[in-house]
Amino acid sequence: MKREAVGLLVLLLLLVFFPLFASSYALSVVTLILFFAYAGQAWNVMMGFAGQLSLGHSLYVGVGAYVAAILFQTYGVGPWAGVWISMAACAALGAAIGFLAFRFGISGVYFALLTIAFAEFTRIGFDHLTITGGPGGFFLKVSQRESWDLLNLRGPPIMFYYVILALTAGAFALCALLLRSRAGYYWRAIREDEAAAQALGINTFRWKMLAVILSAAMTAVAGVFNAFYYNNLFPEQVFHISRSIEIILGPVIGGVGTLFGPVLGAGVLTTLSDGITELLAYYNLEIPGVKQVFYGVVLLLVVMFLPHGIWPALAKRIGIFR
Amino acid sequence: MPFDLVANVAVAGVLTGLVYGLMALGLSVIFGVVRVVNFAHGEMMTAAMYAAVVLFTAFGLDPFLAVLPVAAVFFALGYALQAAVINPFITRPEHSQFMLLVAISIILVNGLLMGFGPDAKNVQLDYQLESWALGKLLFDKARVYAALLALAVSAALFAFFRFTLTGKAIRACADNHLGALVVGLRVKHLYSLTFGIGAACVAVAGCMLILLVDVTPVLGPSYTLLAFVIVIVGGLGSMGGALLGGVLIGLSEAMAGLFIAPSAKSMFSFALLILVLLFRPQGLLGRRT
Amino acid sequence: MSFLEINQISKSFRGLKAVSATSFEVERGGLVALIGPNGAGKTTCFNMIAGVFAPDSGKIVFEGREIQGRRPDEICAAGIGRTFQIVKPFAGLSVLDNVMVGALLRESHAGEARKRSLRILEKLKLDSKADLPASSLTLPDRKRLEVARALATRPKLLLLDEVMAGLRPTECDQMVEVFRELNREGLTILLIEHVMRAVMALAQRVIVLHHGEIIARGTPAEVVRDPAVLECYLGEETEV
Repeated sequence: MKREAVGLLVLLLLLVFFPLFASSYALSVVTLILFFAYAGQAWNVMMGFAGQLSLGHSLYVGVGAYVAAILFQTYGVGPWAGVWISMAACAALGAAIGFLAFRFGISGVYFALLTIAFAEFTRIGFDHLTITGGPGGFFLKVSQRESWDLLNLRGPPIMFYYVILALTAGAFALCALLLRSRAGYYWRAIREDEAAAQALGINTFRWKMLAVILSAAMTAVAGVFNAFYYNNLFPEQVFHISRSIEIILGPVIGGVGTLFGPVLGAGVLTTLSDGITELLAYYNLEIPGVKQVFYGVVLLLVVMFLPHGIWPALAKRIGIFR
Repeated sequence: MPFDLVANVAVAGVLTGLVYGLMALGLSVIFGVVRVVNFAHGEMMTAAMYAAVVLFTAFGLDPFLAVLPVAAVFFALGYALQAAVINPFITRPEHSQFMLLVAISIILVNGLLMGFGPDAKNVQLDYQLESWALGKLLFDKARVYAALLALAVSAALFAFFRFTLTGKAIRACADNHLGALVVGLRVKHLYSLTFGIGAACVAVAGCMLILLVDVTPVLGPSYTLLAFVIVIVGGLGSMGGALLGGVLIGLSEAMAGLFIAPSAKSMFSFALLILVLLFRPQGLLGRRT
Repeated sequence: MSFLEINQISKSFRGLKAVSATSFEVERGGLVALIGPNGAGKTTCFNMIAGVFAPDSGKIVFEGREIQGRRPDEICAAGIGRTFQIVKPFAGLSVLDNVMVGALLRESHAGEARKRSLRILEKLKLDSKADLPASSLTLPDRKRLEVARALATRPKLLLLDEVMAGLRPTECDQMVEVFRELNREGLTILLIEHVMRAVMALAQRVIVLHHGEIIARGTPAEVVRDPAVLECYLGEETEV
C-alpha cells in the first residue's frame, strides 16, 4: 500500500509540473491522455465495478456536452452551473437505461446492444434537432486569451490541462474511496456472482442502478470538458460508436475494474499511437485509418494474451497484489 | 403521397430486405450456434462488397458470378478465424469475446480504409438501370435478381441444416455443447464450419448489396447493428425469423425514409430494437430460452 | 410463535410437481435435517424459503411474518442465511473480502466489518488464508468460506445445502463440530444432507422427503428404521 501511495504522489507531482517543460504539442497529447483516462475511469464504474458492459457511453459524453454548451452559448449559463444540469440529465438517462435493462432482465450482450441502440438513436436524433444546430454542428464562441477565465472555462490550453488533471485525479480518488466502501464490496460481489450477492442481502437492482447512474453522471462531466475545450460539437462525431469504443479501449487494455487500468491504458495507447503518427509523418506518409488499425491490433493482442489488461500483469511484476 | 410511390418504395424495401435477411441469417447461424457475438459482421459484409468491386473493376466480373469465389474465400477465412482466434475464447467471459470481435472489426474497417480510401465505390452494370413494370409497380431488375439469390441461398442453407448429417451435427452443438462433445462430435471443427458458413452468407449478401448501394469503409458498423436488429427482432435461432426480420426492417427503413427523412431510417430500426429487447426479447419467431 | 413454519407449500415446474403440499416446522434453536433421495424436492424447498422463487401455493412464515415470494436479499435481511449446493465464492476477491461482503449487511463501516469477518474466519479455521484469493481455495475450504460468508450476515436461521458433499470423513467431523458449536450459541440450522454420518451426528429431528412429499419425521434413530424410508432408499423387499 505504501509503495502504491508513494508512486501515485510522484506521478501526480510529475503531472503537475509537466506543463513547465513540455511543448504545446506534448501538452495537448497529455491532455488527451488525461481526458481518456477520466472517461475510461467513469466507464469503469459501470463495467469494472458493476459488471455491466456499456458500448454506448458516447451518449453521456454527447448529452453532457450539448446541454452545457447550449446553456452557455444560448442562455449564458456558465459551465460550473451547467455541469450540474448536464450531470442530472445524464444521470436521468442512465437511470432510464438501467431501469429498462434491469427490470426486464437484459444483461450481457443484450445490454451492450441496448446501450449502442440508445447512443445511435440519439446521434441520428440530434442530427435532426435545430436547437442543437443539427448536423452542421454547434459552436461555442472561441476566445483566444492568455489569461485564465476559469469561471467560463475560456483560456489557454494549459488551463484546460489543469482542469482535466484535477478531474482525473478527483475521479481516481473517488473510485479509490468507493472501492474501499460498502459500495465497492457490493459492486464487486454483484460482478462476480449476482445470485450469491442476493443471498447475502444485497439488493442487486438498486446497486446496479447506482453504478449506472454514477457512471453516466461522471461521463457527463467529460462531455462538458469536451464542449469547452474543442468549442464545437457535431452529432456524427460526439455520439459516434467509435467514440464509445475509444472510451473503453483505455480500461480494457489497462485493466477493467482496476484503479490504474484506465489511466495506464489511456497513456499506453495514446503515446504509442502518436508515435506511429509521428513515424509516418517522418516518412511523409499520411494514411487514414492507420491509427485505428493500430488500436485494433493492440486491443486484439491484449484481449488474447493479457485478458485482464496490462495493469494486473504489471502489478504482479512489481509485487503488488490487488 | 401518391399510392404508387409508396408501393414502389415498399417493394424496393422488401426486396432489399431479403438481402439484409441473408446477411442476418449468417449472423443468426453464428450467434445461434457458436454463441459468439460477431461484432465484425457488418465489416465482413463491407469487405465482401469491396471484393466484388475489385473483381468487377479488374476482371469485369458480374457480382452474381463473383459470388462463387468470394463466398469460397470468405468461407475459408471464416473457418480460419474461428479455428485460430475465436475457438480458444469460447470459455472466456462474454465481454472478452465481445472485445475480441470489436478488435477484429476495428482492424477490418480501417484496413479497408487504408486500402481503398474513404470515397464511395460501386459497380455499374446495365441491368441496374432496368426494371420490369407490373401495372403501376416497378420492379428493379437488379433488386429482384438479388432478392431471388438471397432466397435461394437461404433455402439451401435451411436444407443443409435440416437434412444433412453435418447440418444436424451443427444443430446438436448449438443445443448442447457438452452433449455434443460426449457423443464424439468434433465440436471445434463444427464451430469453425459454422463460422465459415456464416461468413459465406455474408459474402453472398455483400455481392448482392453492391448492386444496390455504394460502399464506403465506414458502413461496416451500421450493418453490424442492422444485422443485430434483424436477428433480435426476427428471433434468435430462427432462420425464418432472420429473413422475416430482414424484410420487416427493409420495409420499415424504406417507409421511414419516405415519410420522415432518409437519414432517419436507422432511428426507426433502433427504436424497434429497444422495444423488442424490452418486451419480446425472443423476437417474433424465436423460442423463449 | 413458531420460528419457521412451512405451511402447505407446492411448486411445479412445467407440469412436474417438485413439491406437493408440504408442511413442517423448525423450532427456535433447533437443528433439523431434510433428507431424501435425489429429486425429492429438498433444494426446491430451500429455494422457496430463501426467496429464489415463490411457491405456487402455501405460506412460509418466519418469526410471525409471511416471507413467501419475497426477494432473496429481503429474506437475508430478515435473518435467514443460506449456502449453495454448488459453492459460489466471489472468485476474484480475497477470502476476507468474501466474508466482508456478508458482514457489510449489518455493519456500515468497513473497519467494524473487517473485525467481525476475521473473528468468523477464525472460528472456521480460515483466518490464515484471509488474504488469499478465493479462487485458490480447495473445495473443503470453499465450503467453509461459503458458511463463513453466510454467518457474517448475522442469520438467526441458517440453511445449509449439502455442505458435507465432497468432504472426507475427518473434514466432515470438523464441520459437524463447527455447526454444533454454532447451534449451542443459538443459531437455528436447517440442513439438506445426503451424508448420513453428518445427519446422525448433528440432527435433533429429521424430515424425509420423497417425490415432493414428506414420508417420515422423527429423531434420526426413528427415521432410520422407518420402513417407508427404507423402501424409498433401498426399494421394496420382494420374495425371491
